[in-house]
Amino acid sequence: MAPDLVLDIPNDLASIEEAVTYVMQRCAACGDDPPKLRLNLRVGLTEALANAMLYGNDRDPSKRVRVEVAFQESVITARITDEGRGFDPHCIADPTLPANRAKPVGRGIFLMRKLLDEVHFNDCGNSVTLVLRLPPYGGGEDGADRRASA
Amino acid sequence: MGFQVEKVGDALVVDVEGQLIVGNRQELKQRVLEELEKGERKFVVDFEKTGYIDSSGLGVLVSLSKKVREQGGELRLANLNEDLKTLFELTKLDTLFHIADSREAALKGL
Repeated sequence: MAPDLVLDIPNDLASIEEAVTYVMQRCAACGDDPPKLRLNLRVGLTEALANAMLYGNDRDPSKRVRVEVAFQESVITARITDEGRGFDPHCIADPTLPANRAKPVGRGIFLMRKLLDEVHFNDCGNSVTLVLRLPPYGGGEDGADRRASA
Repeated sequence: MGFQVEKVGDALVVDVEGQLIVGNRQELKQRVLEELEKGERKFVVDFEKTGYIDSSGLGVLVSLSKKVREQGGELRLANLNEDLKTLFELTKLDTLFHIADSREAALKGL
């Protein structure tokens, strides 16, 4: 992936909103699906950054999170990398199961997988790559109908 | 971005302005728990002015709802926009909460 945008941000939860808003603004022209850009991309970036800061970097303020984004026509690829030791992404319980539904945690990666077209972790689990596909301008698809099925 | 608390009848309505995310969820949790400790038992969280809730925000609502129920109360949600409804439906949290289309509907029968 050859990034068009690279952000190196402090491990500070307060920095997530500004970083996500900036990336979303830069991605606004990548495709013709405002609802998908507004919700699906925001979910992917926000959850990946929160996971990186809370669990990857273990809230350590001396650590950083790297965000790399590639804009192609109709495809946005974002890679979020922390300085942690990683985790096993296969060990994520389904939060929609009745036994897990009332738990206060465990929905971030589930939502990423539901709302992004592709979610890939590297081997050690400290870097996640998100892929969002969008119809080209003039493509005519109704993004609102595809939000939940992305 | 912030939380406005208003007493309506015998219920407490909390307006969430902006976003409910990992960076501010603890503020909402603290506000509601303080009111619960003071004796409030009926809560409506109104999302009319809310653009986005992340998984941490969803989690804090789950946690608060449980704590309020344990004290014999109820926490309802109102005015979810289409994006927020999508998140609640995907996570099946729409089955855990009383979700009303308006503040008035949420307050009715609470």
